[in-house]
Amino acid sequence: MSVVPAEVLPGGALAVEERAEEAPAALGPRARLWPSLAAVYRAQLSRARVARIPLLFVATFQSIGIMILMRGVVDGGAAARAVVAGSSVLVVAFVALNLLAQYFGQLRASGGLDHYATLPVPPAAVVLGAAGAYASFTVPGTVVVAVFGCVLFGLPLAHLWVLVAVIPLAGAALAGLGAALGLLAPRPELATLLGQLGMSAALLLGVLPEDRMPGVVQFARDLLPSTYGVEAFARTFGGDPDWAVVLGDLAVCAGVGVASLAVATWAYRRAAVR
Amino acid sequence: MCVHRAPRAMVRSWDPVGSCLVSTRTEHGSRHGRDVVCAVRGLTKTYPAVRARRGVPATPEVRANDQVGLQVRRGEIFGLLGPNGAGKSTLVRQLTGLMRPDDGTVEILGHDIVRHPERAARILAYLGQESTALDDLTVSLAAETTGRLRGLDVRQARDERDAVLEELGLTDLAPRPIRKLSGGQRRLACFAAALVGERPLLVLDEPTTGMDPVARRAVWAAVDRRRAERGTTVLLVTHNVIEAETVLDRVAVLDKGRVIACDTPAGLKEKVAGEVRVDLVWRERAPLDVPEVAALRSRAVESGRRWTLRLAPEEARAVVATVTGGAAFVALDDFTLATPSLEDVYLALGGNGQGLVKA
Ligand SMILES: Nc1ncnc2c1ncn2[C@@H]1O[C@H](COP(=O)(O)OP(=O)(O)OP(=O)(O)O)[C@@H](O)[C@H]1O
Ligand SMILES: [Mg+2]
Repeated sequence: MSVVPAEVLPGGALAVEERAEEAPAALGPRARLWPSLAAVYRAQLSRARVARIPLLFVATFQSIGIMILMRGVVDGGAAARAVVAGSSVLVVAFVALNLLAQYFGQLRASGGLDHYATLPVPPAAVVLGAAGAYASFTVPGTVVVAVFGCVLFGLPLAHLWVLVAVIPLAGAALAGLGAALGLLAPRPELATLLGQLGMSAALLLGVLPEDRMPGVVQFARDLLPSTYGVEAFARTFGGDPDWAVVLGDLAVCAGVGVASLAVATWAYRRAAVR
Repeated sequence: MCVHRAPRAMVRSWDPVGSCLVSTRTEHGSRHGRDVVCAVRGLTKTYPAVRARRGVPATPEVRANDQVGLQVRRGEIFGLLGPNGAGKSTLVRQLTGLMRPDDGTVEILGHDIVRHPERAARILAYLGQESTALDDLTVSLAAETTGRLRGLDVRQARDERDAVLEELGLTDLAPRPIRKLSGGQRRLACFAAALVGERPLLVLDEPTTGMDPVARRAVWAAVDRRRAERGTTVLLVTHNVIEAETVLDRVAVLDKGRVIACDTPAGLKEKVAGEVRVDLVWRERAPLDVPEVAALRSRAVESGRRWTLRLAPEEARAVVATVTGGAAFVALDDFTLATPSLEDVYLALGGNGQGLVKA
């Protein structure tokens, strides 16, 4: 039996001309960027609260453990600053890069993106909302690690306020990278793997003192978006930080953040319509 | 040996859920000018073949939709019926702009969805077959967020959320995470999210899967209310023939990616009018020593102890007389006599009816 077009069935007939005359119906409203970003952020934060608290503990203890280990190797000076700054930013990398890559990888594989793709929401709102929620979620862990590290290595706590800039900027850069990896990976296991690798890179390249690395590794370190956050943060432990250089590092971080979020948004568009 | 239990004769039991629909059915067609909400022509979609990888066997290319043509009219509950893998989800994913067809056109309320897939989100609400995006949210936050992402402001989203949860009887479950609900409750919560932020077209992919009769009734009542008050059109995917018969105005039967028939349920059933279905269930095995029973065997579809026969009414009467008397009756456990259902239509049209659900 072949196809029965609806037109030839009883009651299905309709004049084509009649249809052609009508103007297309008015479309429903589009969700605007900021309100929908806020809505996604709030929803993501609430799901992160439920599902991710144990993982935040893991991230925090991992960083604290690394600092305790490094305590035996380095004793003060530039190396100590690098360890504390790197361990603090590692918490951001764990959540924003690793967990976000996993989340988007799974969402894509399970068809969860369909939900957002059939709502009139700007892609940037979905990506930025999720990235923002994951980045904010790292705040308590990062602060705990930074304070603990300063006490452990006898560094001044005076300039810890710079975390107010470091967390969102490093968070944006790493979350953008994580979201892009999760959305571009062809399979969810691969997304998880890439997220883990990204975090390992942040661990090795961010925590270990720079001057003991071979040239290739130093180059890789320069490519990693979290590096500039780590450097900016590390500089502020000095007695009289060079704020211009700190600002420069943060600016690079912001630039990388914008770029990686843009890539993530592009990846979302690509993943949402198959 | 004697008969302890008289076989129960049943004339087709009707699903109670659908009955609430009949009263409010109204004709919305011409009142608002546009008669056809969704027109699909020549829609074709082929999933490409996948080469074998380690541990994953190769899959051949699948033509999931083959020259599908449909017209869904305003205010109508239009169904897509077919067994697993018939191509129903593939079809609705192309209508909702989630997937680009290889060929063919989709026009919804005058908008070309193939060329402008992003417009679909502003015309219709879609309930997908799986909805993992909402799993970690509470019922209440899922509904509210979805409303906000449909362009509502905070106040509107909360008001509509409360109204919809109340309407569907979900108020008590509102603070619970969707992941922690039962399958049917989860489905109902996702349906609630789909209703927040009004849309003229609802595209629902198996909305009632796993739901009990109370939840189903809530779904159909909510759909029907929107249709009566606002002329909402519904495109519904199902592989449940009872649901199709009771709630749908018109139904397209899909098999292997093609529309093999499209009409009202009653119209489709007329195609096999004059036939009666007789189901015989034997206690242990069919009494083939009874010549009349042995003669029936070639015409029966056997599945375990059940024989299904499609007969002219007078033949059916003769069969019933045979099996309710003498040696055959002793071997009989149960029998049913029923007027044709959509399943019979489906089989008569040449579909393979194995995948259809009758509950
Ligand atoms: N992503 C995919 N890649 C390859 N083949 C697919 C894909 N999705 C579906 N198919 C195939 O396309 C055909 C139609 O699938 P579809 O999901 O549209 O069926 P369906 O009618 O919705 O079935 P069900 O009742 O089980 O939901 C099936 O043969 C299926 O195996
Ligand atoms: Mg399906």
